[in-house]
Amino acid sequence: MKKNEKTTNIFLSGVGGQGAILASNILGEVFIRAGYDVKKAEVHGMAQRGGDVTTHFRYGTKVYSPIIKYGDVDFLLSFELLEALRYINWVKPDGKIIINTQEILPPAVSLGQMEYPQGVPETFKKYFKDNVHVVDGLGIAKSLGNLQAQNVVLVGAFSNFFPKIKESFFVDAIKKLLAPKLHDLNVKAFEAGKKAL
Amino acid sequence: MKEIMQGNAAIARGAWEAGVKVAAAYPGTPSSEILKDVADNYPEIYAEWSPNEMVAVQVAAGAALAGARAMASMKHVGMNVAADALMTLAYTGIKGGLMIVIADDPNVHSSQNEQDSRNWARFAKVPMLEPGDAQECYEFTKAAFDISEKFDTPVLLRTVTRIAHADSLVQTGKRVESKMPLGLDPKEATKYVMVPAFVRPRRKAVEERMRKLEAFADKTKINKMEINSKTYGVITSGSAYMYAKEVFPEYSFLKLGMVWPLPKKMIDTFFKEVKKVYIIEELDPFFETEIRAMGYKVFHGKDIIPNMYELSPEIVEAAIKGKTYKAPKVRVKPEDLPRRPPNLCAGCSHRPLFYALKKAGAFVFGDIGCYTLAVAPPISALHTTICMGAGGGMAHGASKAMGKEALGKTVAVLGDSTFLHSGILPLMNAAYNKGNTTTIVLDNRITGMTGHQEHAGTGFTVRGEVANQVDYREIGKAIGVKEANIRYVDPYNIKETMEIVKEEMNKDEASLILCKDSPCMLLRRAKPLERFKSPLYAINMDKCRGCKMCLEINCPAISWKEGAGQTVDGQKRKGTVYINPDQCVGCEVCVQVCKFDAIEPAKK
Repeated sequence: MKKNEKTTNIFLSGVGGQGAILASNILGEVFIRAGYDVKKAEVHGMAQRGGDVTTHFRYGTKVYSPIIKYGDVDFLLSFELLEALRYINWVKPDGKIIINTQEILPPAVSLGQMEYPQGVPETFKKYFKDNVHVVDGLGIAKSLGNLQAQNVVLVGAFSNFFPKIKESFFVDAIKKLLAPKLHDLNVKAFEAGKKAL
Repeated sequence: MKEIMQGNAAIARGAWEAGVKVAAAYPGTPSSEILKDVADNYPEIYAEWSPNEMVAVQVAAGAALAGARAMASMKHVGMNVAADALMTLAYTGIKGGLMIVIADDPNVHSSQNEQDSRNWARFAKVPMLEPGDAQECYEFTKAAFDISEKFDTPVLLRTVTRIAHADSLVQTGKRVESKMPLGLDPKEATKYVMVPAFVRPRRKAVEERMRKLEAFADKTKINKMEINSKTYGVITSGSAYMYAKEVFPEYSFLKLGMVWPLPKKMIDTFFKEVKKVYIIEELDPFFETEIRAMGYKVFHGKDIIPNMYELSPEIVEAAIKGKTYKAPKVRVKPEDLPRRPPNLCAGCSHRPLFYALKKAGAFVFGDIGCYTLAVAPPISALHTTICMGAGGGMAHGASKAMGKEALGKTVAVLGDSTFLHSGILPLMNAAYNKGNTTTIVLDNRITGMTGHQEHAGTGFTVRGEVANQVDYREIGKAIGVKEANIRYVDPYNIKETMEIVKEEMNKDEASLILCKDSPCMLLRRAKPLERFKSPLYAINMDKCRGCKMCLEINCPAISWKEGAGQTVDGQKRKGTVYINPDQCVGCEVCVQVCKFDAIEPAKK
């Protein structure tokens, strides 16, 4: 175990079906390999039905609460614009943020009752300045020929925030959690994501 | 190396290492993964999905009586169903260790109510353990079987969503087979036949056992005292401990791993060591009521800690700091953003069924499952949801109260798994007591909402072996529904469904309507998409008048696009709709709703 490192809080948000849960599972394997205590909590059950999905991910020398204290998020990794904005208040003033540019319309917008929020990255930049990074995860995944790899692209981009963590930990985690036939694609997706920042 | 495990997986692992031979469950969030994990990973354990939680507890109890270590797992409301068995098993005791896992859902992430299951332990007079992370899920599960055998009692293990569905590190070990011989002893009627003359001595045995368990509670390492501060201390358990420890690590803690019976001596010591004692617990003032009744002066408890929803680090911090707590700055008001509630999947057969019920003007007595989503506007075609199987009984009661007024106006709707769990008896009752209810059973062909678990109607066991498949029509006949009143509908045909439903609602006899050929969209095995003629439909802009009728079905694939335009024959429109080709599966429900034939087959 790593000694005397305070707990770091990572918040993942997205929509059911985007693969945010696999992304958090990859982070779990990575930070265990790096010698940390890890806790993560997600609410699923109805997520397959298009609801929002969030994961609280925490690592450090000793982690107690499985959920992050409101306002204490060090890193926000969001898979969808609206789902990024929904959790903007959770991020610490010096927190770092990755926003994926995908838009998935919620029912109220589909039915024409509400507007989808505009200028999400700009709203973040107003508060977090240069700590906001925008990634076209879907575009990168498309260029690799598989939209499903978007989640691993975002993990790749996110890995830039952790220069002390060996890249091989990420690759090992991807290989552990995915079927062998998906290894090549997802390692490429990770690398493409890493270059995107 | 330690492994990262979900709380539920850690319970399965602990059970396996403890030598468990039989595990039974009915799925329910957040408990479902326990039994699935057992079935997938531990072939030494016989595992089954039982039709309901009561049967699951009976199965586990029988295995325990035969000398095996056994467990049943369920969500909090499942314990309500199984309670009848538990209350008397507490008297008979067990032979092989018996553990019942109850997963609570504070904040009702996916439930119909919020219960604090610690009350069952006090009510049934049995011990209960409450882990606070995956490592404890694993350790406490193993301990539960030892306690069960040592004290001849069923043991309850309580989790909450944030423990059951949280992942953390677990140091695992090896399986140890139970040394208890298997077999049934016919000479023990006084212990296992609960007729009044045999009950009374067992009743006394229960009280004696509780006294022994109280003494054990004071000695067991499952309860932990951490003296850090002499001024401030916290008595707590499970998830609440984790939140409190997170924000006030400098306080002293009495962490109760065994939440019933309470360790009276430890509590006394804690009050002597620490001046000001908070009691921080999720949901009910369970410890607080007991501890105040023991005569201790509690510094703060439910006067500052909420007694509903779930706790969190900031809720605990704000409660204790009071006015000195500084809330983080609000940058965007989340209430101004569009919500993202769950919705029936694109292509789901429940969408056209509930649309037809709405058009038929039915008051719908609903049940527990994905189809509760039909309550959401614009479908808004579900009018009650109480508990598993309630719809049929309530429809019957309403019709008896209203007499002929109710005829033709009500239906009960429930999924196939729910029907097998608790829906058969209300239907039998309606047939027997000259009722006129119409019961519609949906064709999920799986337990849908909880994430696809097999049941007695799917034809497969939890391990995927081919099994008997219930014949719903034969059930209906056997319990008294007349053959002429047992009908099939194809829910994807809205008009025909509406007509058949209306016919049956208007009959002054009990009816059973079975949905056919319309399995869960997410169940690949059942090939739900094969029946659709075209894999995709699109809007013909020459014909769309922007009337928004197709939005009434609330399909996730269909959205509104603002923008003036006109049809080829000159009809003006303010906007049109768009069918997302990534989401449309070709179910043709919107095609039937469109009055202008503007929705046509397209190529993917």
